[in-house]
Amino acid sequence: MNKTIITVVGKDAVGIIAKVCTYLSNNQINVEDISQTIVQGYFNMMMIVDTGNASIPFGDMARDLEQIGQEIGVHIKCQREEIFEKMHRI
Amino acid sequence: MINILEVNETNKMIEQEMLDVRTITLGISLLDCCDTDLDRLNTRIYEKICRTAKDLVRVGKEIELEYGIPIVNKRISVTPIALVGGQACHSPEDFVTIAQTLDRAAKEVGVNFLGGYSALVSKGMTKAERDLILSIPQAMASTERICSSVNIGSTKTGINMDAVKLMGEIVLKTAEATKDQNSLGCAKLVIFCNAPDDNPFMAGAFHGVTEGDAVINVGVSGPGVVKHALEAVRGKNFEVLCETVKKTAFKVTRMGQLVALEASERLRIPFGIVDLSLAPTPSVGDSVAEILEEMGLESVGAPGTTAALALLNDQVKKGGVMASSFVGGLSGAFIPVSEDQGMIDAVNRGALTIEKLEAMTSVCSVGLDMIAIPGKTPATTIAGIIADEAAIGMINQKTTAVRLIPVIGKDVGDVVEFGGLLGYAPVQPVNKFSCADFINRGGRIPAPIHSFKN
Repeated sequence: MNKTIITVVGKDAVGIIAKVCTYLSNNQINVEDISQTIVQGYFNMMMIVDTGNASIPFGDMARDLEQIGQEIGVHIKCQREEIFEKMHRI
Repeated sequence: MINILEVNETNKMIEQEMLDVRTITLGISLLDCCDTDLDRLNTRIYEKICRTAKDLVRVGKEIELEYGIPIVNKRISVTPIALVGGQACHSPEDFVTIAQTLDRAAKEVGVNFLGGYSALVSKGMTKAERDLILSIPQAMASTERICSSVNIGSTKTGINMDAVKLMGEIVLKTAEATKDQNSLGCAKLVIFCNAPDDNPFMAGAFHGVTEGDAVINVGVSGPGVVKHALEAVRGKNFEVLCETVKKTAFKVTRMGQLVALEASERLRIPFGIVDLSLAPTPSVGDSVAEILEEMGLESVGAPGTTAALALLNDQVKKGGVMASSFVGGLSGAFIPVSEDQGMIDAVNRGALTIEKLEAMTSVCSVGLDMIAIPGKTPATTIAGIIADEAAIGMINQKTTAVRLIPVIGKDVGDVVEFGGLLGYAPVQPVNKFSCADFINRGGRIPAPIHSFKN
């Protein structure tokens, strides 16, 4: 299992989740969990995805998603799950 | 499963509170490079460093990308060169060729600093160690990325006052040799008492003889994270204050431990230690001084500063120790003046003097660090300051160090720019009364009574 956390932060707009999910599905990346909130008009989403069968390397995914984020005006970041796991779980 | 609040907390620490891994430092033993021929020695040193560290920077960048955590510096420490060069070097000039070889190797593998141009002379000095020390001014002037350190005392051995006197002179000569760059050479020269073998932080890093062939040590940072956490508990009692620092230190250190293990696995080099230090940078919001002020001091340097720093240092260790399987290095809060905007401000407003900084070093790592003093300060006065710091370290069984920059041509009131992480500093006044007769006595100060534990 290679879990990655994708965070999307920015101004809310139509189709943010659709665009990200389309990209993930095209690259064989499975979405396991999505949570999102909107705080003062700002979209804040976290996805837990499994990149175990991904057809692209981690670096490419991070760069592509950052690019997609720029196109729709939000900030998209990919990080391996362990950094959060280590920091918040004993 | 991780939730959105936890993810946001971590990313806020990284993006807004300047949390980072300050350094991944690869320690490399050069003992197997020893040779009687200087050219052959230089070749072997260059080849060993380039071979061992070839993937260091690439792996550091990979980890940064995958975890989204900045790793500010990738660095190398090597076996103290006085030990490595002893057979081949017959003069200070011979040692300078090794410094230049190390500089070339550092550039080749892409690290910004390489530490270990060092001598360990806490009790006595061999000819090779004396030659290396005498070569420091020229070595610092003719290299860019080399850091030098000299250990002149320890709790077990006492203080080598001959070495202290010599280092006072060497600091001034290094300042003179690099006067075109605001005496920058002195920013890369540290004089230690009780120097640790596994310190990943520059300028004092070296790969001790107790270490293996190669090792990965990691230094974490995060003063901004601690400061921000304390903002939420303003006015609360000391129990709450201490708990907050401890919990924050735990989180920061866990991240350092993760990075250390990842780097170790990917480079196939054993993990050594995580150094639990709060290391400031000149950026706003990345300051140890601001943490102390957040605790309730009008300015760092005010009465209460030493107590606040003692508390901070202790809680950082208590939180950090549980977060990492091996802790080492310097592990404490750093109080460099030029590298901490809050310290610079405190000096400028007249709140922080060298004497108060000296008191602060008795409760934290490491010592009088990155302090600019007038270039006309006598060598014996610099030696006196080194002796005072070493005495604090020796008696309190802790590491202390001195990194003073007597800036040639500058005096109190001037401001000196060192650039980058080294920052800038106002030139601070030094006590004008002489200690020359004390320093000129020569010999050693014996080890303190409480060192005899056997």
